[in-house]
Amino acid sequence: MSLRRPAKDQPEIFEFSSSSLDEANKIVSKYPKGKQQSAVMALLYIAQKQNDNWIPLVAMKYIAKFLDMPYIKVYEVATFYTMYNLSPVGKYFVQVCTTTPCMIRGANKLVEACKEKISDKENELSNDKSCSWMEVECLGACVNAPMMQINDDYYEDLDKEKTVDIFDKILKGEDPKPGSYRGRLNTEPENNRKTLMDVKNA
Amino acid sequence: MLKDQDRIFKNLYNDMGADVKSAQTRGDWVNTSELIAKGRDWIINEVKDSQLRGRGGAGFPTGLKWSFAPKEVGSRPHYLVINADESEPGTCKDRDILRFEPHKLIEGCLIASYAVQAHVCYIYIRGEYFIEGQKLQSAIDEAYEKNLIGKNAAGTGWDLDIYIHYGAGAYICGEETALLESIEGKKGQPRLKPPFPALIGLYGCPTIINNVETIAVVPTILRRSGKWFSSLGREKNTGTKIFCISGNVNNPCNVEEEMNISLKELIEVHAGGVVGGWENLQAVIPGGSSMPLIPKEKCETLTMDFDSLMAEKSGLGTAGIVVINKDQDIIKCMARIARFYKHESCGQCTPCREGSGWMWRMLERMAKGEATKDEVDMLGDVTNQIAGHTICAFGEGSSWPVQGLLRHFKKEIEERNNLDPIVQKKNNIPYLVDQHLLDKKNA
Repeated sequence: MSLRRPAKDQPEIFEFSSSSLDEANKIVSKYPKGKQQSAVMALLYIAQKQNDNWIPLVAMKYIAKFLDMPYIKVYEVATFYTMYNLSPVGKYFVQVCTTTPCMIRGANKLVEACKEKISDKENELSNDKSCSWMEVECLGACVNAPMMQINDDYYEDLDKEKTVDIFDKILKGEDPKPGSYRGRLNTEPENNRKTLMDVKNA
Repeated sequence: MLKDQDRIFKNLYNDMGADVKSAQTRGDWVNTSELIAKGRDWIINEVKDSQLRGRGGAGFPTGLKWSFAPKEVGSRPHYLVINADESEPGTCKDRDILRFEPHKLIEGCLIASYAVQAHVCYIYIRGEYFIEGQKLQSAIDEAYEKNLIGKNAAGTGWDLDIYIHYGAGAYICGEETALLESIEGKKGQPRLKPPFPALIGLYGCPTIINNVETIAVVPTILRRSGKWFSSLGREKNTGTKIFCISGNVNNPCNVEEEMNISLKELIEVHAGGVVGGWENLQAVIPGGSSMPLIPKEKCETLTMDFDSLMAEKSGLGTAGIVVINKDQDIIKCMARIARFYKHESCGQCTPCREGSGWMWRMLERMAKGEATKDEVDMLGDVTNQIAGHTICAFGEGSSWPVQGLLRHFKKEIEERNNLDPIVQKKNNIPYLVDQHLLDKKNA
């Protein structure tokens, strides 16, 4: 189990913006009448997106009221799932996969790059406050290992040099291109493809 | 090697594009209404004939699962839930289906919904696959636009709505009852079974839960007949399967192959061989991290299907093959997997919540050579205390890899850890020791 605590400094008020409100109502309508509690996970995402990628306690209270459910149940969900950030993270939120398939292909080099370029410790903001990083468990792109996720995008087939390049770009405020960094097509065997050749050449 | 015309996922690498038009050129949505017009019993029988087994890890026969849904819809509606919470380390097959073959999945949803009489289908995607989810959502929107789903879907007379529900980084939500809890807006903690979801599932209604790959192959099975599917592979282990080959190989890749293919062929032909040559191979995890590893000697002749791997005390699981060569420290690799399970345990059952942490800490010490001689057996005892004593299969999933390590690499661990135990003399003190350990003298 992972232990997760909310941040010490909490804002006083939170309210959905009008666009968030539209989105939230749309999501509630996906579920049967009276089962609006199902929308809590999606609503937490909306709150997180609206609030610079983290969820304050007031947002949980707001969502509890919005969905007519006890606050503690929202708190339970927000602390159980690891993708809800309970304290502020960087605008560029870097998650490096270090589970075994990535580990044996050198994920520790990516962690080194994070330590050199972003910050010494996990979950700490970089000097210019734009970036933070953390180690995470399997992100499900094992044949493209080692890899990392920055916000929503996957950066695959990395090594230390390429990772440093990517960090240099995001620290300058650019958005590097996601996908494979060895130039291969998705999950095909690089330079060794033996299947579906007619569609490849078509 | 499987012939290209027998491959189901022709767009596995996205050579052709994932939109509805190119999907139709690959044969999706061509005669869906004709297939459904043949009736519920025909569909379920054809799937039974194909001997399709669930692709999510457990390998339960799909046709049988569908037949568990109540024959008549009572006061409670039926639901179909697709499990796309792919988080098993070593596995990344569903991601490619969501990205590049979404219409196979959507068409499969329509057919399966009809077969189990569901009008609503939820697809549970892990939160990290946000981009993949968006791609699937745009495919769903396309399908609504073309009237392929929605009211009178694809001219079949059946109404179907498909919704995506995102997870948020909990591995345990891949367990079917935890997944249902998560859709209901609760913590993803598994439920006790029985009652099984087929009778009491989502919102207390009959619910059929299938893996993405299972559902995505169904339309092709119906088009080409169950007989064709069962002619591939071998008895009870039929059809094709997407294998994910990762780790220390020259060309890690996803590839669709026939069941019962030899492991050596997969690694040598498709993945370009082990880094440093076949002789440099140390061990292989054959089916995602939950499955016990298999040492090199056995890899020579191993074939990849449910039953032959079971005979080796391992399993096909999700067919995520992790190749580990001799440059790696095998104890460290397993310690990292143990850390994964420690992190992902939901905390509901004590043996798993506490035991997964014990296993991780003991293995970390063993990797450094800081453990005492007696701890090797103790670790084995801990795994036995977890497996079979938990609500869901996570207990087995977390202890099997450690048991596999102990089964095949005990010598390595013992060589590295030969410190003397702190307490030299063992006393049997019944009220301090677990009862089941008493029959062992040195426990």
